[in-house]
Amino acid sequence: MGPLIVNGIISDNTNLFLAFLIGIGFGFVLESNGFSSSRRLAGMFYGYDTTVLKVFFTAAIVGATGLLFMSLFGWIDLSYIYINPTYLWSTIGGGVIMGAGFILGGYCPGTSFCAASIGKLDALAFIGGMFIGILIFAEGFPLWEEFYNAKFMGAPLLSEVLGTSRGLLTFLIILVALGMFYLGEWSERKFARSDYQLNQK
Amino acid sequence: MKQKKYMNPYVGGVLLGLVLIIAFWVSGRGLGASGAAKSAIVTGVKTVAPKHVENTAFYQGYLETHPQPMKEWLVFQMLGVIVGGFISGAIAGRLKFKVEKSPKITSKTRLIFAVLGGILFGFGSQLGRGCTSGSALTGMAVLSLSGFLSMAAIFGTAFALAYFARKLWI
Repeated sequence: MGPLIVNGIISDNTNLFLAFLIGIGFGFVLESNGFSSSRRLAGMFYGYDTTVLKVFFTAAIVGATGLLFMSLFGWIDLSYIYINPTYLWSTIGGGVIMGAGFILGGYCPGTSFCAASIGKLDALAFIGGMFIGILIFAEGFPLWEEFYNAKFMGAPLLSEVLGTSRGLLTFLIILVALGMFYLGEWSERKFARSDYQLNQK
Repeated sequence: MKQKKYMNPYVGGVLLGLVLIIAFWVSGRGLGASGAAKSAIVTGVKTVAPKHVENTAFYQGYLETHPQPMKEWLVFQMLGVIVGGFISGAIAGRLKFKVEKSPKITSKTRLIFAVLGGILFGFGSQLGRGCTSGSALTGMAVLSLSGFLSMAAIFGTAFALAYFARKLWI
């Protein structure tokens, strides 16, 4: 039956209304976990707060296994799920630039809106910068168009590239995630700071 | 009012994963953020300089596939994020205007680097066809190659540069 919009079960406007509700859930969960705090987000890269790693990987494995189970139960048709295309150079190049932006700015786009919603002024500054960055990309597009479209590989799954099944790959990712959680817990003890409190349950 | 504690990160991760699954189930696409900012930029430029938009292939290409940029799924989802973040902040007593920074730097330095980081992230999200939400998190959940590449590039670079940016945070 899912995705609802692709199968015509809901109208376009209902889809947009549900987008708004899903966004509320997204923003609420981000804020409740402290993704509205740049020092908490940046803490990931200095080891004193690895919340980002824990939330991010837990969400990814819940999402991946959830999709597999929903497909198994016939609740969702995976062939209608959007798969991000791979343009090798721009995927990596864009990621590298975003990584630099993350460590300097302390937010990513989603978390900056979430942080601005509770009054973080540094998040507002980040959003202003983000608009400038997108404008620069749009205005100078002919300059990087070739790089942007280079090395198009279609929309392969990692499991296809590795020659394995979706299920086995998901299982491996869960194992990797468990290892990372262990590393995260260790790191928070090892790099704990006197001027920073985790303040979580 | 004393701030409430943050949620347990593993519980938060499960909840975020469930939101992600619902997004897939409803729309067939996961979550995102930078796409909404792009919609806003194209709409803004179109309002201020309609002639310029008509003569620029990039904007025309975007408007062809997104005829009404402000009626995009991600725009409504991001409006929800602002509301959801505000509700959570209000419940937890965290609504407050402030510049968050390391005690070692001034607010001005923090804001300058926030703008700089925003510019890089905005540009990179366009080049990489999505940000941490749309490309890395959602891309990984659907097991796409680009999701894993994107995640490794974003977090790998941030780790590699962390030493040079340490004064901003610790």
